[in-house]
Amino acid sequence: MPATRESGIGIAARPAPRPRSSPGYARRRAVDAVARWIIAAIATAAIAAVALIFLFVAKEALPVFTSPEVHEEVTIERMVLPQAWKEGATPSFSWQPVSKVPKYSLAPLVVGTFKVTLIALIFAVPIAVLAALFSAEFAPPRVRETLKPAIELLAGIPSVVLGFFALMVLATFFQDTFGFTFRLNAIVAGVGLALTIVPVVFTVSEDALTTVPKAYREAALALGASRARTAWSVVLPAATPGIFAAIVLGFGRAMGETMIVLMASGNAAILSADPAVSVRTIPATIAAEMGEVVVGGAHWSVLFFLGSLLFLVTLVFNGLGGWYVGRLRRKVGGTS
Amino acid sequence: MTLRLIPALTLSALLVACSSKSKDDEGGATPARAAAVTIKGSDTMILLAQRLAERFMEANDGHPVQVTGGGSGTGIAALINGTTDIANASRAMKPAEESQVQQRRGKPAVEHAVALDGIAVYVHESNPLPSITLAQLKAIYEGEVRNWKDVGGPDARIVLYGRENNSGTYAYFKEHVLDDEDFTADTQTLPGTAAVVNAVAKDVRAIGYGGIAFGKGIRAIPVKTDDAAKAVAPTLETVTDGSYPISRKLFMYTAGEPTGNVKAFLDFALSEEGQSLAVAAGYYPLARKAGGPANVAQ
Repeated sequence: MPATRESGIGIAARPAPRPRSSPGYARRRAVDAVARWIIAAIATAAIAAVALIFLFVAKEALPVFTSPEVHEEVTIERMVLPQAWKEGATPSFSWQPVSKVPKYSLAPLVVGTFKVTLIALIFAVPIAVLAALFSAEFAPPRVRETLKPAIELLAGIPSVVLGFFALMVLATFFQDTFGFTFRLNAIVAGVGLALTIVPVVFTVSEDALTTVPKAYREAALALGASRARTAWSVVLPAATPGIFAAIVLGFGRAMGETMIVLMASGNAAILSADPAVSVRTIPATIAAEMGEVVVGGAHWSVLFFLGSLLFLVTLVFNGLGGWYVGRLRRKVGGTS
Repeated sequence: MTLRLIPALTLSALLVACSSKSKDDEGGATPARAAAVTIKGSDTMILLAQRLAERFMEANDGHPVQVTGGGSGTGIAALINGTTDIANASRAMKPAEESQVQQRRGKPAVEHAVALDGIAVYVHESNPLPSITLAQLKAIYEGEVRNWKDVGGPDARIVLYGRENNSGTYAYFKEHVLDDEDFTADTQTLPGTAAVVNAVAKDVRAIGYGGIAFGKGIRAIPVKTDDAAKAVAPTLETVTDGSYPISRKLFMYTAGEPTGNVKAFLDFALSEEGQSLAVAAGYYPLARKAGGPANVAQ
């Protein structure tokens, strides 16, 4: 049982007996009880806020399933399956909500969202994890003291600024270098996004690496392994659960990020696996279209449906991530 | 002192639009708001509304006028919910919205055209194409024509830029240039004319559309209604006299005929002074004042 290992909890649960006669004992107990209530209430409020937000979003999305008025324009079937939008046309996926025949295929948006997120992770994870490994294992203390805050500062840059950078600088650079037809595309947006998730993945990975017990390193070095070998084959594997948790966090952040994608992805709902074409993601779609929709109409409900979908996907991935981290942790054995 | 409440906060407008279901929030407002004229809607028109509001307040002992953006749809939604007196819209109201105003407010929506706006088509400054017809524009934006050489330009793929589907510019272009057909999925959509201008300036194969603006690196291409017609470049002259083919009216909507201060404000907007303010802010006056009320164009 893991509980026996965390001996700290055992002590807290069973306070050492104090003499009942001690003056102020009852008062201290009362203060403790009140503090516990206040903290519990605050924690509950935080959870309740998340639950209520989800309920509100889901409530607005409900007409997609129930309202006959909305069903005249859109049904789940029409959102999921390819449709022949004109008579005789081959069935296809299309996102054209403002149209004579509104088209609400989810496929281009879902594929776009995952495409950009994946590209962001491909760029960010190796950089962030290797930087964390350098910082935790190789960097002299003084370098480490500047490196860590510098990377974490990146997290403080507003995403509009990063989006602006991606739009003006990255897009031109990539187009000049690779000759992309679409100046704004999934790669540009993905690299822009990578800038926001590098600090997240770096910080959490770095913490995971530094909490690997010193005994592991000492044992490896004593067996004659070089520092690089120790870092790569002993410390890094021992920290996998923490690093995996970092990646899951980065994934959630990248998936929900709006501003950078809105500015740098081109926002064209093209269904394609090619990373060099424009993409339209779910968060960017919600942000871009919300201002114009008729309140309570089909388009409005679909946007809230997209919001619920995004919420659920990140929730499921975080849950799966947490479960997997737990499994890894048990396998690796009690670190981080 | 005068309470000058002119926050051009799109965000706040969004928030209001999201929570606009609660109709009973009228009472809990600041004292000034009870009498204030509220204007909400199109981001294209926000500058116009602000300039008008500033001068109107000066002329009327600081009678407050609140102006907020958020998009034409947001403004119309607010009019339906009764949270604004005037809805700015750079497109005409949809029939569904009109019937909602009638239903929820018990009064018909009344349209007031207050100024004109032209939509320019931009290409990169190095693009040699002398002019373009409306039919060619339609074919390009529907994805039927994908190479510049098919419209008389160099042999290069056409890269399309446009506006987001929440913008009045998008709706107007779709309705009047594409005959209400869909844009091709390849169109890269950007928030705002400035973003489109910037993107076109950086892409030699690009075409884009937006409010009439002049920027480095782009050229507003003259437009022809058909092959035989004269190519017309978008200028103050051609938009005002209606010869430039892609121009639109900008509207202010009220629920029912306006009264009191709202009426005074709309009259001011249509007055000579109001129209000259519109020109100063980069819009176009409704019509030449060669006699008769301002109500021509198109």
